[in-house]
Amino acid sequence: MVQITSALPIAKMVGANRVVLGTGIVHVTGDAKLPPEDEKELRRKLVQQALDALQSNERR
Amino acid sequence: MRMAHYLNQFFGGIGAEEHAGKGLEIRNSAVGPGQVLESLLGNDARVVVTFVCGDNYAVEHQEELTASVLEKIRQTRVDLFIAGPCFDAGRYGMAAGALCGAIQSKLGIPVITAMSEENPGVDLYREALYIIDSGTSIVKMRDVLAAMARLGKKLIRKEPIGLPAEEGYLRRGLLRDQLVEQKAATRLVDMLLAKIKKEPFESEMPPTAFAPVPLPAAIRDLSKAKVMLITDGGLVPKGNPDRIEGTAATRWGSYNIAGRDDLRSEDYEVSHGGYDTRFVQEDPDRLVPLDAMREMEKNGVIGKLHDEFISTCGRSNPLSNTRRLGREMAQKIKQDGIDAVILTST
Repeated sequence: MVQITSALPIAKMVGANRVVLGTGIVHVTGDAKLPPEDEKELRRKLVQQALDALQSNERR
Repeated sequence: MRMAHYLNQFFGGIGAEEHAGKGLEIRNSAVGPGQVLESLLGNDARVVVTFVCGDNYAVEHQEELTASVLEKIRQTRVDLFIAGPCFDAGRYGMAAGALCGAIQSKLGIPVITAMSEENPGVDLYREALYIIDSGTSIVKMRDVLAAMARLGKKLIRKEPIGLPAEEGYLRRGLLRDQLVEQKAATRLVDMLLAKIKKEPFESEMPPTAFAPVPLPAAIRDLSKAKVMLITDGGLVPKGNPDRIEGTAATRWGSYNIAGRDDLRSEDYEVSHGGYDTRFVQEDPDRLVPLDAMREMEKNGVIGKLHDEFISTCGRSNPLSNTRRLGREMAQKIKQDGIDAVILTST
């Protein structure tokens, strides 16, 4: 499992092994300030980072 | 005073690990530690039934074991159920916790057990039970049994129970009102001064400890993996069919996304009282990234995106509750043959 979250200290506290930093508590995999196409690109990148973490044996 | 006692195969005198598969045996008198209990409690205390069961059998057949023990105790009038002490024996602790929990809730009979702080049974049952802190050393058996007997007597007589340190039980995480002489600021400064002077002090709010979670192995071939999305941000279909609470949720739901490339605002709502949900309401992919994941699936980066996503609300929830929700979800994930999960958390 990989967790995408903006509350990094909580993820660390409970011992999550694979963590990707999200773009904010109110929109973990988005950013309401960006134009729609840029926002989607941001989401692709976040999801890609999550998939990378799943393929790695490193804690992050 | 009539007692029932649970022991594993080792303390029950059957044998060591090679007998861990042995099923339940019922005896009509005290065995091993039970005899010490009788002597500690004096003349009128008798162990009228002893249950002895192998550790592996107990964990693998927990429901059957619990049903048999409940049935026998229903037939035999007892004032107290005692399990262990289990020290750091994990399977023993899990069985003792499950039995105590069932007997306490189903029969209303006082129960007491003992384990070391690290025993996995503590993590699961500390909030529901009085678990005497046994430490890990069997040498302390007599002292541990004495603490169990003391607290057990109080439970039978419904006497007020003191704080964990006074009675020797493991902290249950319960809050209790108490009148104190000094206000919080004074107590805080006193603690700080003690800390600076390296003097002992006791925190009024010890942090919760979490057992380390082993790192699951990496996915070897993502292009063949079935991936599932889970969120604790409270995204639910319009109308919140499972009535998932926006705080201290007791439920979770799984929702079909087969054939969808994108989560649309009009189909969903957010049940979460802990963050400004307008942005997710406007575009749910900001919480459950279906659009990006569907692309990954179409491009062959992942094998399959699972047809359902799981959702609950992760706000102000007691650990006993969230652990149950987690266990239930894990069961579904296994059943559905999921290889990897992406959890999005607000």
